[in-house]
Amino acid sequence: MKEINELELPEDVRYSKDHEWAKSDGETIRIGVDDYAQDQLGDIVFVEMPEVGDKFGKDDVFGSIESVKAVADLFMPVGGEVTAINTDLEDAPELVNQSPYGDGWMIEIKVDNSSDLEDLMTKEAYLAVLQGSE
Amino acid sequence: MNDNIKQGATGLIMNEPLLWEKGKKGRIGFSLPEADVDAYPLDESLVGHGPDFPDLSEVDVVRHYTCLSQWNFGVDTGMYPLGSCTMKYNPKTNERQAALPGFANAHPLLPQEMAQGVLKMIYDLERCLADITGLDAVTVQPTAGAHGELCGMLIFDSYHKSRGEKRSKIIVPDTAHGTNPASAALCEMKPVAVKSNENGILEPERIAAIMDEDTAGIMVTNPNTLGLFEENIKAIAGIVHGKGGLVYGDGANMNAVMGIVDMGRIGIDVLHLNLHKTFSTPHGGGGPGTGPVCVKKHLEPFLPIPRVIKQDEMYALREDFPQSIGRLHAFYGNVGVMLKAYSYILSMGPENLKKVSQLAVLNANYIKEKLKSTFHLAYDRPCMHECVFSDKIQQANKISTLDVAKRLMDYGFHPPTIYFPLVVNGAIMVEPTETECREDIDRFIEAMKAVAKEAEQNPDLLRNAPVTPKLNRLDETSAARKPCLTG
Repeated sequence: MKEINELELPEDVRYSKDHEWAKSDGETIRIGVDDYAQDQLGDIVFVEMPEVGDKFGKDDVFGSIESVKAVADLFMPVGGEVTAINTDLEDAPELVNQSPYGDGWMIEIKVDNSSDLEDLMTKEAYLAVLQGSE
Repeated sequence: MNDNIKQGATGLIMNEPLLWEKGKKGRIGFSLPEADVDAYPLDESLVGHGPDFPDLSEVDVVRHYTCLSQWNFGVDTGMYPLGSCTMKYNPKTNERQAALPGFANAHPLLPQEMAQGVLKMIYDLERCLADITGLDAVTVQPTAGAHGELCGMLIFDSYHKSRGEKRSKIIVPDTAHGTNPASAALCEMKPVAVKSNENGILEPERIAAIMDEDTAGIMVTNPNTLGLFEENIKAIAGIVHGKGGLVYGDGANMNAVMGIVDMGRIGIDVLHLNLHKTFSTPHGGGGPGTGPVCVKKHLEPFLPIPRVIKQDEMYALREDFPQSIGRLHAFYGNVGVMLKAYSYILSMGPENLKKVSQLAVLNANYIKEKLKSTFHLAYDRPCMHECVFSDKIQQANKISTLDVAKRLMDYGFHPPTIYFPLVVNGAIMVEPTETECREDIDRFIEAMKAVAKEAEQNPDLLRNAPVTPKLNRLDETSAARKPCLTG
């Protein structure tokens, strides 16, 4: 597994305590799991997704992710309505391992409270949390 | 391979083709008498291609499966310290009793007066399990631990309904068995997770903070999945009962506390057992199992039907329990499993069952103490029947729990449970059970130490392990992503 200083943590996304990332794209927010989560879980074998149109509050479970080691819940970093899901993950869950912030994205939502994203952590704040849990 | 490996390094391991590659058209393993009636053409709609089975003789089949069994590892082969699973040795006398023709050939549709032996056995087994747990009434109908949990949750639901209530939540700690929240969710109860404290056990204050009158109760695994006894269980039960809730005990870890803990007196209302763990019935390959449910007196009316009752020295199956949750299984569950557990209980007797638990706990603590400087110990305090290490120390060499588990196979041991419980990162969960002798446990400890040393000095030995079994490191990821389920 990666050391904390080996993790890829881009500056242009925000992070949640549950290791999801969220990135604003004007109208919508794209959500996935970060490098730390995919590295801890190991090889991802299945991602259970919500349906377009489902509505979730912040911290609600929107799906689950299964690796060879364990199954974990996926939590909404911000609340909103699902407008798109990454259907590529159905046949290629390994995209989450290969490109957690790119092709391995999970859902897009129309956010119900735009201030939510600001409550999430910046790279620096998230790094501090990871270091604290060591 | 290296000199450390003394077991599993040699052996007669033969290649064996798939049955589809082995058969030959026209071979057959049985003979039927000639038909003494005229052939009658089948309706077109009923005719189709038969299944793709190879043609094989009896000797083909027997040799095939005997060969496969030699690649396998079971409790008859060696130590199997798979945490949370209680892989104890299954005494052969159990098989002998279960195979007695009077039991083995009893048809489930026999009239009750001709099945008195089977009914008496079920009745007596239920009484034994009530005595062992300290609870009042028992059903042996559920056929697995999770089936028992489902039965328990249906009882919770029926109990609240009988009081005119519908409760929608259930408290499930992070140290409970993974099936607990699923069983509750099947009964339309939303699991509310609660975290254990820094000592790995539950804090009454945290339960008090979330227990309310919309919560059906709590599901506690005790000892929990960290192998720790929930010391605050009485206080927690008091809090839950105070709000009208019930306390469910997941008794999958009963092997640690038989004859020592009275589940009724610590506040448990409903408890399931696993005959295929604690009571030495086989559970390789997923079953069959039996997950009896034991309840306090006030919950007896809700037990599944049919129930075995005793009347005037005769035994009968009765269905007239209007508050019952209903049937959970065809007939009366897995009778063969019950017979084996009954045989075990009677051949051990109360004193020896208590000793089983004492030795299971002693063995786990012995391993914990001997290995705690070699592998990181998640919670350094006395454990019950299992102890949980992690790969924290080995990570410095980029060696994971999986690598340690695979390498252990080369030393002739079944690996412990890995990556469970989830509350410990990279968990290595060891449950030796009472059936291992001191010498075998010492060999296991030496093997674990040797593996840890290899992790420092030659980590590739672990990354490439195992090398001695028939197949080496399997591609588990591809197996899960692209499963091939046909021959």
